[in-house]
Amino acid sequence: MALQRDIPPDQILWRYPEADLDLFHAAENQTFEGEVVRDVRLKASSLPLLKDVLCHSSADRFALAYRLLWRLQSDPNLLSVVTDQDVAQARRMVHQVRRAAHKMTAFVRFREQGTSETGRRRFLSWFEPDHHVLEKVSSFFAGRFADMDWMILTPRGSLRWDGKTVHCSFEPCEKQVLDDDVDQLWQTYYASTFNPARVRTKAMRNEMPRRYWHNLPEANLIPHLVAQAEKRVAEMAAQEALPAPKFHQALQNRQKAAPAAVPTAGSWADLKQQIRTCQACSLHCHATQAVLGEGPETAKIMLVGEQPGDQEDLAGRPFVGPAGSLLKECMAEAGVEPPALYMTNAVKHFRFTTRGRRRIHQTPGAEHVQACQPWLRQEIALVRPQLVVTLGATALRAVAGPSAQLKDFRGLMHEDAQGGHRHLSLAHPSWILRLGPTEQAEQERQRLIEGLRKMQTAL
Amino acid sequence: MKKSLSERLAILSDAAKYDASCASSGSTRRDSAKTGGLGSTTGNGICHAYTPDGRCISLLKILLTNFCVYDCAYCINRSSSNVERAKFTPDEVIWLTLEFYRRNCIEGLFLSSGIIRSSDHTMEQLVQVARDLRLKHGFRGYIHLKTIPDASPKLLEEAGLYADRLSINVEMPTETGLKDYAPEKDAGNIRRAMGDMRLKIDAAKEKTHTGRRAGRFSPGGQSTQMIIGADAATDQDVLASSSGLYGSYGLRRVYYSAFSPIPDASAILPVRSPPLQREHRLYQADWLFRFYGFDFGELTASRPNGMLDLEIDPKLAWALDNRAQFPVDLNLASKEMLLRVPGLGVRTVAALLSARKHTTIRLEDLARLNVSIKKVRPFVKASGWSPARLTDRQDLRTLFLPAPQQMRLL
Repeated sequence: MALQRDIPPDQILWRYPEADLDLFHAAENQTFEGEVVRDVRLKASSLPLLKDVLCHSSADRFALAYRLLWRLQSDPNLLSVVTDQDVAQARRMVHQVRRAAHKMTAFVRFREQGTSETGRRRFLSWFEPDHHVLEKVSSFFAGRFADMDWMILTPRGSLRWDGKTVHCSFEPCEKQVLDDDVDQLWQTYYASTFNPARVRTKAMRNEMPRRYWHNLPEANLIPHLVAQAEKRVAEMAAQEALPAPKFHQALQNRQKAAPAAVPTAGSWADLKQQIRTCQACSLHCHATQAVLGEGPETAKIMLVGEQPGDQEDLAGRPFVGPAGSLLKECMAEAGVEPPALYMTNAVKHFRFTTRGRRRIHQTPGAEHVQACQPWLRQEIALVRPQLVVTLGATALRAVAGPSAQLKDFRGLMHEDAQGGHRHLSLAHPSWILRLGPTEQAEQERQRLIEGLRKMQTAL
Repeated sequence: MKKSLSERLAILSDAAKYDASCASSGSTRRDSAKTGGLGSTTGNGICHAYTPDGRCISLLKILLTNFCVYDCAYCINRSSSNVERAKFTPDEVIWLTLEFYRRNCIEGLFLSSGIIRSSDHTMEQLVQVARDLRLKHGFRGYIHLKTIPDASPKLLEEAGLYADRLSINVEMPTETGLKDYAPEKDAGNIRRAMGDMRLKIDAAKEKTHTGRRAGRFSPGGQSTQMIIGADAATDQDVLASSSGLYGSYGLRRVYYSAFSPIPDASAILPVRSPPLQREHRLYQADWLFRFYGFDFGELTASRPNGMLDLEIDPKLAWALDNRAQFPVDLNLASKEMLLRVPGLGVRTVAALLSARKHTTIRLEDLARLNVSIKKVRPFVKASGWSPARLTDRQDLRTLFLPAPQQMRLL
């Protein structure tokens, strides 16, 4: 009302009934002189801050809120100016109110007090909040403790839940002294979860100020726990080494007795195990796992990619990421059945650098290709394919030697006399993906499909 | 004689306390107001109590049992330790969780276990607790399950369905560290399990082509922990490991646990008080990575022995080593650069960015935002303030050192 009449903040004196009743002249504060000169306007985004200012317990909350409201009429962006004195003070108060509300949700402790007439379990709590936050926290308690009846009594009023609605009252309550049977178990937990070797009471007091302690069942253990800590640590240090318990010996013996299975040399099982535990280059340190080839061990065609990517590294399977999807799309268009192929990579571990939370693919170096060469060679020797198809430059070099250039080989069928198979070199689908949605990418995609058709008909 | 519930609670919470994670945040918001039942998650999580070690209690952190067939040197529950052993039945864990929860002592349960019989047997028990809490008791509070790396995929799937967060500890910053201290654990297995979890978590977040969400899987993501100061790994090793973990497995958190003396400790471990300050600096570095746009490599790049400066925080140390990038103009600089100014936090930077649209920032204004003028002064320019030669002073570092303290007389 005052605002509609444009009464400046310094002409209003805010008084509180609880402060001094004799000085309180109700009549003066209930009517305002002057004409209604404007509508009160306020951005919706300004409301939460003003509401929270009013929850503060300080005496000048109304004056401050009115002052802000009055200033907001001419300067709607005022609350963004955090360097303004009023705004800074309001933000400080709001911070305190929100912290008080948060601490109330943290430090209220319910104690069981029998059952209600409807047979629901009844719980009661006594709490002393720092500010007027009862209404702010009511939805939290109602949303959490729905299946029991509860009441929170405070010097500033009370909250009560009956399973349907929260009743909020501002009638001050009498202090309660409460306990129940579970207190002792909770104290046991509190004492045991404390680590005496790292006493930092200041950190504890910052987050759980002393004024909350007398309503927390666990807090009266604190002095004793702190006092004993040093002694307990000294005892741990002085403790002499004891012989291990009997069951430890039994476990160790059992482990020694169980022989580890050793696969026969030159078999698939042997190759797989060797690849899984390969440490021939540094890539194994960072990658999740070595990604093995997949497909029929008697396949006529073997497809060799560059290296596992992010998804392949996580899943432990080749060609399951975006490049793999593109490849499979192209295969479908070319009429190739992926299950008939043996698919593998020239390098078995993922090479990458991290940028923030992302892993960026890096092309494997010659040393990585070389380190993996024996594995690829053994795969070829075991599968004995009629045709080896390499995707991209890395795979090409792994098969045709380190000096091979993609431009000399691409799309061409060669006879690899040494390997006893034919060889076809195609572009890598991930390269096509990197070209983005361009015309060139579409052309390259068609070329890849063409190449895959060639592969299909070569046999 | 069978131990009472209280005695077992003491043993099995003492056995679980070396796991630093207690977060109850990051999951989907839900409550019981409309549905009845018990429990809610608020998104941010609540710390319901603090112990004198300065750590919070948010979850009931216990082991199902502290019998364990593994013999990891750093662990209080290793098979060669003479610590007292006990076990809970799944129903006892459920009862404790619900009763503490009803009294508003906790946000939920963090359940782990020693490995008994087999990985699958142990995992099955953990999953049973989560399943019964959700299905039999309508519990909507937070559940964090420790995952056993080589448990069967079906059990992992089910764990993800009921738990808000899953975690596997990498235990040691380096693979050699793990080999030396935990001979039965395999770094490769741990990484594979984390990779698998990441794929499942990502898949659950994506909508299917019909627009429906795929099945629920650990909406609060996954986290891990490594022990600091038991082996010889430097901060650089530790942070490089974190960098890989965040990048590869999309972890919500990596926890650093200063190795703390345990009763009946293994002879290969250092006998000294836990390196709390080092742990603190690692957490600060972690924060700088997660919220301030720093890469871990930047923070250790100019450190002589790969260790973070214990006397000053890593952001200040970085600024002192990269003075060419300062002073930063509060009225003009980008958000990314403001975040790199020692003394300016994420919230302050947000406030400054919103304020400077409407007004010009002076140095004094920072005091209203609870910023230490003394700390930011050499690194910023503002209306009416330029640090001039202060930024380049040789002894700038000494201005930030804590006042010398009398050593404690032993």
